Amino acid sequence: MKSRALSFLLAFVFWVALTWSLDWQYLLTGVIISLFIAWAVGDILTRNPWKFKQHARYIWAVYYIWVFIWEMVKGNIDGAYRILHPGLPIKPGIVKVKTNLRSDSALTYLANTITLTPGTFTVDVDSENGYLYVHWMNVETEDIDKATEIIIGKYEKILGKIFE
Amino acid sequence: MIDLIGYIFIGIGITFDFIGCLGLVRLPDLYNRLHASIKCVTFGTCGIMLGVFVIHGFTDVGIKAIFCALFLLLTAPVSAHAISRAAHLSGVKPWEKSVCDHYEKDK
Amino acid sequence: MKLLRWFIGLILIALIIAVNLKYEFSPLMRMVNFLIPSCILCLWRIYKGPTPADRVVAIDILGILVIGFCGVLTVFTDKIFFIEIAIAWALQSFIATIALAKYLEGKKFDD
Repeated sequence: MKSRALSFLLAFVFWVALTWSLDWQYLLTGVIISLFIAWAVGDILTRNPWKFKQHARYIWAVYYIWVFIWEMVKGNIDGAYRILHPGLPIKPGIVKVKTNLRSDSALTYLANTITLTPGTFTVDVDSENGYLYVHWMNVETEDIDKATEIIIGKYEKILGKIFE
Repeated sequence: MIDLIGYIFIGIGITFDFIGCLGLVRLPDLYNRLHASIKCVTFGTCGIMLGVFVIHGFTDVGIKAIFCALFLLLTAPVSAHAISRAAHLSGVKPWEKSVCDHYEKDK
Repeated sequence: MKLLRWFIGLILIALIIAVNLKYEFSPLMRMVNFLIPSCILCLWRIYKGPTPADRVVAIDILGILVIGFCGVLTVFTDKIFFIEIAIAWALQSFIATIALAKYLEGKKFDD
């Protein structure tokens, strides 16, 4: 029930921001559509609504956004350098990475972060055993532990504090 | 003044778009192409949308531009992931100078 | 041979910049003139791509480029409906890419 109320609130805020108008017709349409969405798919938003009440998670999320933006800018400059260099300094390969995160949302955000940060992107996720298969543009090591430390060492702790 | 900042953001975004498309043509195999292009093009388009937001401010256009950039940041990695997994399962081989392929081994 | 091809590409890019600066355009029109060559590069990859997966990647990238195009046109023409086209295009392009990837994989759509 709490999950449905949260998804109704989210959908309604999104609707108001997109129409950017406070006429009663727009608001009525938004309420009807948000109720329909909350009735149809509301129960898959979250399984543990009590997580939304812990304030420390929001502070870690704000910190994570800044880390993510900085890493993304660095990654793009690195990628642009590798594309424009005449000798194509790439050494590609698919390596395996071990993670301790288990919940679905944490794994999704971890995979998205890996895709948008320097030189790596996720090919497949094995969520039962906690392995990620990562395509690395410039392979430094094939060992699982060292690759884990280099690729996801920074993000794993913060994501664990946000989602687990 | 505020227009100039917005134009600078749009210029940076278009530069990264162009570099990403250059990577799409230049790099040797599917995974590397996907790699460079999806990263650079997503960043470039988000830069353009940020420029639109800076120029228009907190009006309906600016808010819509921010939502568009947010949506792009959430969905572009997912589509890249889907394409690469499908390509690997359908039998597209990595470049012959690749160092290792642990995914092929474990499948 | 590799270096020669790199130099030819460099000369072509310099040519595009020179033609762009030679004629009288407004600043935003100059930016749009850089987006058109990127679209042409994507179309070349769609025409040439050795495997179907390459073509799917190029179609995805072309969709994201069109979103950027709509963003620039919003500032350029001051018509606000372009940004709504951008949002709709982002949604549609994502669904199309997922469907193409599932088709490539050869599985059912409800998997």
